[in-house]
Order: sequence, then C-alpha cells, then structure tokens
Amino acid sequence: MADDILTVEGLKAYYQMNYFGVEREVRAVDDVTMRVMANEIYGIAGESSSGKTSFIKVLAAAIRPPFRIVDGRVTYRFNGKPIDVAHAGEDEIAKIRWKHLSYIMQGSMSVLNPVRRVRSTFEDFAFRPMGLKRDAFWEAVEAHLARLHLEPGVLRAYPHELSGGMRQRVTIALATVCRPEFIIADEPTTALDVVVQKDVLAMIREVQQALGSSVVFVTHDMSVHANITDRLAIVYAGRIVEEAPTRTIFTAARHPYTRHLVASLPRIGDTSPKPSLEGRPPSLAEPPAGCRFHPRCPIAVERCRREVPVLEERPGGHRVACFRADEALPAEKILNVEEPLS
Amino acid sequence: MSAPPLLDVRDVSKVFTMGGVLSRKQIRAVNEVSFALSAETPEIFTIIGESGSGKTTLARMILGSDVPTSGELKFEGRDIAARRGADRLAFMARVQPIFQNPFEAFNPLKRVDRYLASTARRFLNARTEAEMEGPMDEALHHVGLSLKEVKGRFPHELSGGQLQRTAIARALISKPSVIVADEPVSMVDASLRMAIVNLFKRLRDELGVTIIYITHDLATAYYISDRIIIMQKGHVVEMGPARPILDAPQHPYSQLLKRSVLSFDDAGRGLITRSGREEVDTSAEALVKGRLEPAEDGRLVRVG
Repeated sequence: MADDILTVEGLKAYYQMNYFGVEREVRAVDDVTMRVMANEIYGIAGESSSGKTSFIKVLAAAIRPPFRIVDGRVTYRFNGKPIDVAHAGEDEIAKIRWKHLSYIMQGSMSVLNPVRRVRSTFEDFAFRPMGLKRDAFWEAVEAHLARLHLEPGVLRAYPHELSGGMRQRVTIALATVCRPEFIIADEPTTALDVVVQKDVLAMIREVQQALGSSVVFVTHDMSVHANITDRLAIVYAGRIVEEAPTRTIFTAARHPYTRHLVASLPRIGDTSPKPSLEGRPPSLAEPPAGCRFHPRCPIAVERCRREVPVLEERPGGHRVACFRADEALPAEKILNVEEPLS
Repeated sequence: MSAPPLLDVRDVSKVFTMGGVLSRKQIRAVNEVSFALSAETPEIFTIIGESGSGKTTLARMILGSDVPTSGELKFEGRDIAARRGADRLAFMARVQPIFQNPFEAFNPLKRVDRYLASTARRFLNARTEAEMEGPMDEALHHVGLSLKEVKGRFPHELSGGQLQRTAIARALISKPSVIVADEPVSMVDASLRMAIVNLFKRLRDELGVTIIYITHDLATAYYISDRIIIMQKGHVVEMGPARPILDAPQHPYSQLLKRSVLSFDDAGRGLITRSGREEVDTSAEALVKGRLEPAEDGRLVRVG
C-alpha cells in the first residue's frame, strides 16, 4: 500500500548463544507482522522482557550478535524507495540513518556527550545528514529549537547544566532536526516527573504533526499510550497479541491480557478494587506451548495449550490472537480477588 | 494524658550546604514539615512530590539516616536522632525501609534468603537456622511467597515482582509498625504495580502496619492512601484526607499536578496538551511567604 512507511512481514529475530557446546535460543521477536502508516503514532505496549526492546532494535537496524534475524522482512519506504533493513548492508543503512530514520532514547544523559557542549552533539549527529552549509545549518538548528520552545542558548550549555526535562527536549530536538520520516521513541518519558512528562509528550505530538512523520512509541505505561498514540499493539512474550486503534484498545479490547491491563489501571476518582495479574512473564528461551499467555489466562481452554492462535483480522482495523476473544471475562476472574492473610 | 503518637514530626527542616568557602550555597531540602501518625489507627500516609521536592530527604530523616537541621522527629515519644546502640537497633526494627528498585536492592552474587537471614539475625537475635527460618517463612507468607520458593535462589532467578515482594517480606521480619516505601512501584510494570499497592493495603488492614508511601504517581496514591501531603521544593503545599484533596485540590501546585495526570477519557484522540506549568507561580519566594491554613474537610492549604 502506498500509505505504508514501514512493513514488517513474518519477522523472527532470536538471540542465539552457544555456551560450551550448549545451544540456547531466545525467541525475543517471534513471527511479527505489522505496518506503520505515514503520519501516525504507533504504540507498542508490553511488560519488561516481552521483547519490545528487541523488536525496536530490529526496526532501528541495530542488530548485533548474538541477536540476529532468522526470518522475515522489515521494509521502509522513504521517498517511494523501499529498503529492507533486515538484509541491507551497513552503508545503505548509514545513508538513511538520522536523515530518514531517527531515534529518541530513554536516558538523555547517555545521548548527550557530558564533556562537550550541546552544540557539538548537534554537529556530530546532524551536520552531515543535513548536507547544508555551516551558516545555513545553524540557522536551521535554531529555527528547529524555537519550534520546541528552546532558547538558542541551550546550544552553549553542557548537558549537566540543563534540567532533566530540558535535556529530554534537547534529545527530541536532536532526533527531529533532520525532519526524519520515521522516529523510534523508546520510553522517552519514563524517567520524568508527571508535569514534565506531560509537556514532553505534548511536544512529541506537536513535532510529529508539524513534520508529518511516523513515530513508533514504546512504553509499558498504558496512560502514556492512551494520550499519544493513534494505534496500539500489545506485545506478550515476543508476539503481538492484539492491535487496534488506541481508542478500541481502551474501550473494546478482546484479548484477555489487554482486558486485564486496561482493567487494572488506577484512575483518580475511582476507588473500586483493581486486579493484579498473578504469575510471571514466560521465559523467552522456553516459551509455553500453544498460546503463550495460557498459564496466566483466566479463561484458557484445552485448545490454548496446544495450538498457537494467529493474529486474526476483525472489522475496524482490529487484530486479535486469541481463540477465546469472543468469550466474556467473568468479573470475579479478572478481579482475581486475593485470599485474606492467614 | 493519652499515649504519644507513633511518629511525631514537628517543624522539621533540612538544609544542605553546597560548594566551597567562596561559593557557599544553601539548599533548603525540607522546610518546616509537621505531621503525626497515630499508634491506634494504622494508615497509608502518602507523600507526593516531584524530584527535588524533598520527599526522599524527609524519608531518610524518618528512618534516622539523616539528622534534621532543625525541628524534632519523635518515635513513640522519643527523639529518633538521639538513639544509639541497642536503642537505635530497636528503633530500626520498628521502622523499616523498602527501596525503589528491587533489582538494585539485592546483591546479585548472594542468595536471596541470606539477605532475609541477616535481617532475622540482626533484629530478632536469631542464632540457629530454625530460629531464623520461622520468622522468614512467616514474613514471606504475608507477601504471598514461601521460604521454599526463594531458598537458595539468586536475585536473577526471581521475577521483578517476586523480588519486590521479597524486599517487602524482609522489611516485615522484624515486625515493624511503620514501613517507609520510597517510590516502590515506579520501576515496575503496570500489572505488577497493582500487586504491590494491593499488598500494602493488606499489610495495613491485616497486620496493622502503617505505611509511608512516597510517590509521584497520583493515581495509585488516590487508590490506596488515607492521608496525603503534597510537597513542592521542600514545602508542604497541601495536606489532609487523600481523596477529597485529589478530587478537588486547592493549592495551585496541587492543581497543576492533578492536571498533569494522564487521563483515559480521550484515549486515542491524540488531544494531549501542555501542562501549563508556566502559569503557576512555582517560585521559592511565594512558598516561603505563605503559611499553612486550615480549610474545609480537615485539610491544610498553603496560602500566600
């Protein structure tokens, strides 16, 4: 489709290790198919060790052994020209990096060089990809900073002189200064306070709208997804278990895991008891057979233990991987009321 | 006369001096904070604030790890800072901490049960294995685990949830009356977060433990707290019953915090806007001039 900027087909990416002759395979990304359209924010939600960070490593074309792509294609389409980053060479990827495909990271301190002024970090990252003359380059950088409500003075500062929120805004400016078509944001607001978090999220949304870029936004925080993403994928143990427009996820989710996530969100003004999900996320080295969620699922049946459910298309751009998607979830089961202490 | 409160914090301030001889700078981390926790009614007492609000410094003073610059902290009527030796150990047994990141709280090279055993040895004076294991198993049962499950395991063999539960069990071994939990859920996943806060509720209701819950997350605070104090730059700006305050905050800073909580009403509409921080007077001068005044429903609000 012409509107797609990223198409992922049947992607399998495993960590393959070999210790003393014992082979070990961690299936961090297992058979993922999805696409991201132009000018949208696509959210990825999942617990830690659900494979979401491994997945965006593939999207960012940052694959290093022992992590490797076993199967599938990851195709970007920049200016109508397709490039499969799963199989492209280093120099081809270097050409699109930062100019077309950029990255907002979680720890702003690890992006900005602590012993150099912010100015030199901008020069290192953006000068070559932008291909402008020196004067025009700094003019463009300052205009872009102004768009993010940052004074040109931040360029003269050292990273430690800026507050956490300011630093995160600088990294957003850095990631977007080349007007990339595709931005990967990995938990960019997790370390921030509530007030600063809201400002930074609003800013990401503003920049995305202004540039018309596509963003893949990864976080485990469902309240962040509710406020910034257009479509949302829920990842469990290396697989997408549900994907839908964000509003549908919060109002009409069908997968028991998603329904649990939404039901357990605390809200101001709501004092009803909230469930907690027992058990632990499965090990990706030895995932359970069948549906990977079945050991923790309140409505699992025999079939879930044997067969792997496929991600099935439903009306309204909704995809669910569950045999029991049309079953009601009994309130007492989702609430998982704890027994009193002995 | 009635019994002294369990914990009495009165006009407590903490000033840190930074810099050298020529560029000395004083930072008032905590400024004249007062509250009392009753011995009869266990509660979840929440301290809300952003980074730099002084909430962790206040927690350290309650635990006796820091000494206030001025003011008094009394536990059961006696000054915390003045306790020494066995007296201090007895105090530490009654007021126990839980830390933010369960993965950092445990030594990765030591078995998890050793950490529990050392607490039992220290506070219960347990010497034999049987003397140690009884209280350890009991404490683990309170958090939904058992000694069988954690014995001989290293931290990396347990999930984040099991580790944070074990950290809470460790705090329970000495049968404390107060647990100080500094951001216990900010590093954990959403489903686990509710498991931990539900556990706090049960500890309050069934074991009668008072929990000082320090957080910047207003939604979980609303869910479990009995009383809250909201701090800004070391000053209390609003304190009192939790739900009335969070339903309708009165101080401009509390209102800003509530506005910044991400809601679910417009999920997927992409309508997020800025917090409007610039319009709220967050300067230190406004705070220093103001004082706490009683308002309706038993709350105190700082007015300028």
